[in-house]
Amino acid sequence: MTDNKNDLIEYLLRLADNAMINGQRLCEWCGHAPALEEEMALMNVALDLVGQARNWYEYAAELLADGRDADRLAFTRDERDFRNTLLVEQPNGDYAVTTAKLFLFDAWHLHTLQALTASKDERIAAIAAKGVKEATYHLRRSGEWVERLGDGTEESRQRMLAAIDELWRFTGDLLAGDAIQQRLAEAGIAADAAAVAAAWQATVEQVFGATNLPVPQPSSYFYLDGKKGLHTEHLGILLAEMQFLQRAYPGATW
Amino acid sequence: MYAQLVETGVKRVKSLEEMSPEERAFQERIDAEIKIEPKNWMPDAYRQTLIRQISQHAHSEIVGMLPEGNWVTRAPTLKRKLQLMAKIQDEAGHGMYLYSAMETLGADRDEEIDKLHAGKAKYSSIFNYPTLNWADMGAVGWLVDGAAIVNQVVLQRTSYGPYSRAMIRICKEESFHQRQGYEILLTMMRHGNQAQKDMVQDAINRLWWPSLMMFGPSDADSPNSAQSMSWKIKRMSNDDLRQRFIDQTVPQLEFLGCTAPDPDLKWNEERGHYDFGQINWQEFYDVLKGNGPCNRERIATRRKALDDGKWVREAAVAHAAKRQQKQNAA
Repeated sequence: MTDNKNDLIEYLLRLADNAMINGQRLCEWCGHAPALEEEMALMNVALDLVGQARNWYEYAAELLADGRDADRLAFTRDERDFRNTLLVEQPNGDYAVTTAKLFLFDAWHLHTLQALTASKDERIAAIAAKGVKEATYHLRRSGEWVERLGDGTEESRQRMLAAIDELWRFTGDLLAGDAIQQRLAEAGIAADAAAVAAAWQATVEQVFGATNLPVPQPSSYFYLDGKKGLHTEHLGILLAEMQFLQRAYPGATW
Repeated sequence: MYAQLVETGVKRVKSLEEMSPEERAFQERIDAEIKIEPKNWMPDAYRQTLIRQISQHAHSEIVGMLPEGNWVTRAPTLKRKLQLMAKIQDEAGHGMYLYSAMETLGADRDEEIDKLHAGKAKYSSIFNYPTLNWADMGAVGWLVDGAAIVNQVVLQRTSYGPYSRAMIRICKEESFHQRQGYEILLTMMRHGNQAQKDMVQDAINRLWWPSLMMFGPSDADSPNSAQSMSWKIKRMSNDDLRQRFIDQTVPQLEFLGCTAPDPDLKWNEERGHYDFGQINWQEFYDVLKGNGPCNRERIATRRKALDDGKWVREAAVAHAAKRQQKQNAA
């Protein structure tokens, strides 16, 4: 049971950190989006994600029971302790990069949350059930933008192709399972990584196919692993900004 | 509100006798407190004044996201981050809603935004000040949204129907933002350490006077007010609104345990109002003319967002056209 609990905490932190870091990147768009409607939409998605992160962190904090609350988990862990997938920590780039990043994540996220609605852990199932509604909209939105940019103008298509080329190498990390997830999946608690990967592949093929965007070969392992806290150099800088106040004024109440 | 020094293009308010029959019917409708709707006849100067005022208001909502965007990536807790994100999203919504109200007057959103980027349109001077610590997120909500509400509550009764209805909706959300802002400051003052309390006082010191300037020039120097009042686009004078804001804000300031950077601020028993010191009007006009601390950055940021997004909007338009073509062919 102790092993199971540690596994569960690890898994919850992955879900939390994925949503949190993705949400943080979307906050960076504030005031810079290509249209007012997109300002609204990006902040809306970011709100959903940070809200989900809070739910996962709160559950993880309860299981940890070491005095750390959700805020401490989000704002005082260092980059080697973050469990998010490499994709979400990547810089926003242009709107094609942000769109591709969101779409590749949203497809994984929705299939993961859908699987988690059947989790034997009732708390996970409840959080996932709420998240599924949000992630369904996220995927519809980012998928439509992949289509718009992939089909729109020659420039937008070239940018979309470049964005996919830039980000595809992180999809291996996104889809990979590990022993922790495997054990939890067998216990009926976590999503099965292989099943999510297959569903993800089908979604990507469908959306890319609609505008003749080629689906690259599966990306190969490249010696980093978000689940083990082996990140790209971008995460540390992101955290330095996100965690600034908690770091500068330790223990303060806000 | 977020509208200051809105030009009416009118030198003198006409009497009813001087008006054409159309103008007189229009003015009588306003005098009877009947809302003017998009399809009603209206004097061109009324239309242009409203376009200027509503677009200023909309621009202010959008530019106003930038000082908050400066801290949304650094909010200290999940709760505060979510609150600030929701507030920013509301503001984008207000901007869209106001641009729509403006378009009922025949103006074009893109054209008005071009004017903003060319430096030909104004937005509230307050957003040309930097946000330098987390308490600014509280002070902006409390003072800036607070000042906006004082104006907007009155504008709920403005004579142009779509603008009036926009104000009713926006006021509800702004009131929520104001309470949230105050609560940020109260938490820092009640439960914070000395450094946090210093942040709160520092934020108030920097934002106090710029907030008072939000109401625009004093009545003596407000050449456009008479016409705007007669059209009931404006419903209270700048100085009256400013006084109302100060009177309601000082008790809240005292409850916080903070002070205003104004040695002349004191209750006047005889007037039943607070007296306050002289506003630095030179600063007000400087900031309005583009020489405030952040004017260049704010406009440059907005312009860059639009320029960088041009290919995205073109792609969306091209895609929509292609889809339409396919549908027509089918």
